[in-house]
Amino acid sequence: MLVVVYCVHCVIMCFFASLQIEILHAKSGKQITRLDHVDNYSTVLDLKKWIYKQFPRYYPARQSLRLEPRGRNLSDEETVRSLDLRVGDRKLYLRDLGPQIGWKTVFLCEYAGPIFAYLLFYLRPAFIYGVTKAKTQPVVHIAFACWTFHYVKRVLETQFVHRFSHGTMPIRNIFKNCTYYWGFAAFVAYYINHPLYTPPAYGDLQVYPALAGFVINELGNFSIHLAFMNMRPPGTKTRSIPYPTGNPFTSLFSLVSCPNYTYEVGSWVCFTIMTQCFPALLFTIAGFYQMTVWAIGKHRNYLKEFSNYPRSRKPIIPFLL
Amino acid sequence: MAAGGKAGPKSPSKPRAVPGPGPLAHGWLVLYNIVLTAGWIAVLYVYIVHVLNNPSPPEVYSGIYDSVEVVLKVFQSLALLEIVHAALGIVPSNVLLTAFQVFSRVFLLWGVAHPFKEAQTSLGMSLCIAAWTITEIIRYSFYTFALLKMKPYVLQWCRYTFFIVLYPIGVSGELLAIYSALTPAAEQKAFSLEMPNPLNFSFYYHYFLVGGMLTYIPVFPQLYFHMVRQRRKIIGGVTKVVKKE
Repeated sequence: MLVVVYCVHCVIMCFFASLQIEILHAKSGKQITRLDHVDNYSTVLDLKKWIYKQFPRYYPARQSLRLEPRGRNLSDEETVRSLDLRVGDRKLYLRDLGPQIGWKTVFLCEYAGPIFAYLLFYLRPAFIYGVTKAKTQPVVHIAFACWTFHYVKRVLETQFVHRFSHGTMPIRNIFKNCTYYWGFAAFVAYYINHPLYTPPAYGDLQVYPALAGFVINELGNFSIHLAFMNMRPPGTKTRSIPYPTGNPFTSLFSLVSCPNYTYEVGSWVCFTIMTQCFPALLFTIAGFYQMTVWAIGKHRNYLKEFSNYPRSRKPIIPFLL
Repeated sequence: MAAGGKAGPKSPSKPRAVPGPGPLAHGWLVLYNIVLTAGWIAVLYVYIVHVLNNPSPPEVYSGIYDSVEVVLKVFQSLALLEIVHAALGIVPSNVLLTAFQVFSRVFLLWGVAHPFKEAQTSLGMSLCIAAWTITEIIRYSFYTFALLKMKPYVLQWCRYTFFIVLYPIGVSGELLAIYSALTPAAEQKAFSLEMPNPLNFSFYYHYFLVGGMLTYIPVFPQLYFHMVRQRRKIIGGVTKVVKKE
């Protein structure tokens, strides 16, 4: 009986054993600190919080812990036990990711800018265009509505729909991203709202079908975002193979991994045709390039993570790319 | 976002393994570099002949472009092949960097000198052509020898020393040449597109040239100090070896 109690005690002690883990600097190899009284079920996030307590500069989002100096970043949810650290040689390497900023913050910033930038040019201020009596073409009003709708939709989705995989990104990204979005917004808006703007060559025959296309693609893009939201329980980072739902717009999932990007490119192609504006074409091409890079990355991740991922799917363009 | 696999450590990034030239490509590269060395020597010859025949300003510099025009255009334009060489991997150079360097030269020649007489006859033009000529003769002959597995120290020393003076002279020449092209570009509205037009776009070449001049501010110091560091690495090291002996 005593033997049984003793064995149970040992097993319990194994689980709740007090471990020591050395934290070393990934770049120099020097010891930063040693964490005592760590137990097997502490998570990587717990370790980060303890490090943060000792070094207020290194908030957890800024820390990357790995098993080797250049090893893979350990995810916050992993437990000490799963790391399988060798007895007597328990060490982890810490890399400083630099000042971080929340993804949500960056998205809200980069999407709000284009709304105000485009509005500025739409109002045709004299300090940009000089005093002008030129009448605004109907397509210019429509373009303003489309552009504003697109970005208001993005802001609302960021606030209410998007379930982010990552909390933060390096702070320099906000300058890079905002320059891209705000810069292109000004570039496109300047020409469409110009007093000397030339409406499309085929007039209404070009504008209204393109507008219809734009609306369809926006609906499609929103449908995909909703589908993604419903695939991920709130507060989790679950990833699963996307499949078409009851919404017909989601049938594109059977052909591509990232139909949200497909629809987005579609929206901008339609916008370009509708406005017949070369800067809009450049913006469409730039966006297409970037989204293709992202789509290929996500497609590869899907293939790696799920052995039963449908092989016939393409990253962004059905059958082609 | 960590892109690595789930296994342990990632190896430190090493330069991408380059296939290197096969015998056919090797032969081609030797031929290419010999031809270009000869071509730039020809440019130098014409340059010197012009200076000797027209020793007084302004003809001494204003007529340079006129004399070297054909030879210069042929051999500078051939440099476009170097982008192909990098893309095919038969030379270890980075494609984007090579493209950037070649395009900037080709742009100066065809986008600044060729269209504008004011740039052709500028002092800047004669300066940058001189700098280009000396630099390219050294560079192409160096590559020729390297391909033949020879690395004459004299050439290496020249390559990593002359730039100290040639880079600033070349850059000053280029900037002066572009500057002389600004007024005619604006007056002629060269290569420009004004509103209204069916593309709903506008492009002003003289502003584009000004923008080009401004890019020298961040780019030139980076290129220059890269060469300075290379010099320390390559010549600095060799000198130490000589001293030990």
